[in-house]
Amino acid sequence: MATTTTSVHQEEVSDKNLWGGGVSPLKVSYGKLMMWFFLLSDAFTFSALLIAYGMSRYAYPAFQGAVDEYVFSQAYWPIPEKVFEAVPFLHGIDLPLVFVGIMTFILILSSVTMVLAVEAGHRMDRKAVTKWMMWTIIGGVTFLSCQAWEWSHFIHGTEEGGRMLDGSIFHGANLVMNQYGPPLFADLFFFITGFHGFHVTTGVVLNILIFYQSAVGKLERRGHYEMVEKVGLYWHFVDLVWVFVFTFFYLI
Amino acid sequence: MATGNDQIYYQEGTEGQHVHEEEHHHGNFITTYIFSTDHKMIAKQYLFTGIMWAFLGGLLSIIFRLQLGFPGMDMSFLKPILGGWINETGNLDPTFYLALVTMHGTIMVFFVLTAGLSGTFSNYLIPLQIGARDMASGFMNMLSYWFFFLASMVMLYSLFIETGPAAGGWVVYPPLSALPQAIPGSGTGMTLWLVAMVFFIVSQLMGGINYISTVINLRTKGMSFSRLPLTIWSFFLTAIIGLLSFPVLFAGALLLVFDRSFGTSFYLSEIYIAGEALPNVGGSPLLYQHLFWFLGHPEVYIVLLPALGITSEVIATNARKPIFGYRAMVGSMIGITILSFVVWAHHMFVSGLNPFLGSIFMFLTLIIAVPSAVKVFNYLTTLWKGNLIFTPAMLFSIGLVSLFISGGLTGIFLGNAAIDIQLHDTYFVVAHFHLVMGSVSFFGLMAGVYHWFPKMYGRMMDNTLGYIHFWATFVGVYLVFFPMHYIGIAGFPRRYYSFTAFDPFNAFVDMNMFISVAAILTFGAQAIFAFNFFYSMFKGKKAPANPWRSNTLEWSTPRFPEHGNWPGAIPMVYRWPYDYSKPDAKEDFIPQYVPFSATPESNLPHEEDTYGIEMEGEETKKMDEPHAK
Repeated sequence: MATTTTSVHQEEVSDKNLWGGGVSPLKVSYGKLMMWFFLLSDAFTFSALLIAYGMSRYAYPAFQGAVDEYVFSQAYWPIPEKVFEAVPFLHGIDLPLVFVGIMTFILILSSVTMVLAVEAGHRMDRKAVTKWMMWTIIGGVTFLSCQAWEWSHFIHGTEEGGRMLDGSIFHGANLVMNQYGPPLFADLFFFITGFHGFHVTTGVVLNILIFYQSAVGKLERRGHYEMVEKVGLYWHFVDLVWVFVFTFFYLI
Repeated sequence: MATGNDQIYYQEGTEGQHVHEEEHHHGNFITTYIFSTDHKMIAKQYLFTGIMWAFLGGLLSIIFRLQLGFPGMDMSFLKPILGGWINETGNLDPTFYLALVTMHGTIMVFFVLTAGLSGTFSNYLIPLQIGARDMASGFMNMLSYWFFFLASMVMLYSLFIETGPAAGGWVVYPPLSALPQAIPGSGTGMTLWLVAMVFFIVSQLMGGINYISTVINLRTKGMSFSRLPLTIWSFFLTAIIGLLSFPVLFAGALLLVFDRSFGTSFYLSEIYIAGEALPNVGGSPLLYQHLFWFLGHPEVYIVLLPALGITSEVIATNARKPIFGYRAMVGSMIGITILSFVVWAHHMFVSGLNPFLGSIFMFLTLIIAVPSAVKVFNYLTTLWKGNLIFTPAMLFSIGLVSLFISGGLTGIFLGNAAIDIQLHDTYFVVAHFHLVMGSVSFFGLMAGVYHWFPKMYGRMMDNTLGYIHFWATFVGVYLVFFPMHYIGIAGFPRRYYSFTAFDPFNAFVDMNMFISVAAILTFGAQAIFAFNFFYSMFKGKKAPANPWRSNTLEWSTPRFPEHGNWPGAIPMVYRWPYDYSKPDAKEDFIPQYVPFSATPESNLPHEEDTYGIEMEGEETKKMDEPHAK
């Protein structure tokens, strides 16, 4: 705390009239305020979707019995660990939730690099901002690539496939049929992870824009790196949403 | 470290305001009238589009009212407009009847009373009444209008396609809306409906975050939340409701798009249609109803609150009295805002909802009567012994209070789960929400137009035409909607094409005819308004600076405020907006920008303590003196 007593005093005065008009009472610019309110709104969109997931899921019974005897069936909701157990290049090895764990770790890591970019922005360090934005973009693109593989594997399915209601065997999943369980499981998986993936894609595009503006010195000329903070808020939000999506789809 | 950062942000906030001050540019036709970022022009764009939609939505209701009042009447004369929707025998096509009802509801609820009301007055009044140069982001504001325009165009286009517009009711419940083979309107018409609504929600979102950020960040010096006019409070809370409820409809609508177009089963399960079994299993139409009504109920307050806010302002001004219970008004609006999110399932009492949950939602619903009643009593006590000036805006506001009472009372019936079983989906419901939501919001809209027209166009609307318009509309609305209560209690279901096939309903043919005639006359009376509006815009009497002798800041701007609103500095605010008829004051109103030091004769003891604080804004005060007189 390098503040002098006078500045502390000034702060008290302005705190008193904080909501009296003429100042930004929350001490943030309108742009950041708008981002916060947008995120609040977006949180309600995701909440609605996750509640839809919960309602659909609890309309189905869970699998009863020993885990060893588990098979995919249209009669009950699948156990996520049995669905998401593949890892690229390790075909046939049962590694439940390992790949999605890696994905999640990459996304969280990209949030860390975003924090570093914001911090570098406070120091007005153009080179560091550019570097950390770059790493954030790489993290986002890697996450999206992993998701593409995960989707592809989910769509193509396993060699054994699953038995449909009419007795036939179906491999993989689409929006109408699903080898792993009731079609709704696939519908919700595609919709919610897709909707989140769309948000990540938007975030990557925004990050690239900011990366460019930082690299060419546009933000430096503007005198502040607030844009980095704004896209940072969005990026952290998208990460936070993933934590919930991950919890709902993969853990419980 | 942290302190250093805070200072940067603080400077940016004020810097942002200064940037606007330099924007006194004169644009060309396109930047001034079409792609304008000036909140005043955007408000007018919303108003024009809203009026256009109001007439169209009203016209649709007249067409189906003809069928209801005069069953099987020969409508061949409409063939040039409606073409194939009038069948060989000259009757209205029954599926088109459903489309008319659906589009009337959609247009009125979303395009007129949400966008037309809140879009117009939030945009127009927020910067003017809080003392800001413009919205926080003029560009986003412009985008918000153009997304609304896009939504309007898509919705309008859907009226002209061969299979007709959406026809599943404005609530578009699946499976009816999800299966194209269910009715013609569930084909392309429904797709366009959903596309239009997605654009509409985007528009609402961009508008809403702008309104909220503007109110929080751009209030002029001295304009604390406790000095905000009640209009601004209502727009602020409306924007919050929209911000939190529209995204849920957005999610619900997207899932419906997937069910319709991509074969998913979110809302569909085990359906036979035309002898064919659909493959969909597992979904639940109730899920849609929950998602829809989580928006749908707050939507009622999205259209209602701005009307109530406008009324507070108009009634206080024209009763020449401070609004009674300012804090109670704010408190009840906040109460309504919160409660609006926890009552949605009262629309679903007969959907198979758990009766225990039903009783919880009934309890929460009936609690809303408390803040609503507080507002009504405060309006009445503000009017009580006031020096009432019956301007057209004032008449519409008093009419609003009357409609709010008579429509609100039936809400207590319908909020009861047990009574709702009898009344659900009958004309009783239609009567209820047309009075309390439709007419109240419409009267609020009209009060707002009559009251702020002089500021918008620098001219006065004609009072006599205003009075005729008011009485025709006020009497007309009661004549249309009051008899519907009886029809509803008698068991008439809403959305039916014809009742003449059922003997017991024949007794009400006369009454339906009466309603239809009243509806046509009331609709016709709106032409008076349209004439008055457009005529006065060009030929009306020139408006004085402050025609209603009002306290709020917008009347301190020049007759034609430019982009930036005030030519000099923004006036500073020293008092609340309701200093009307203050004892011992020279005039019966003291505008918000008059400091207490200028009115020693009327100050209350505690107000004199604020002299010292006023001195802080000495330099701003000098600048607004030219407007004070």
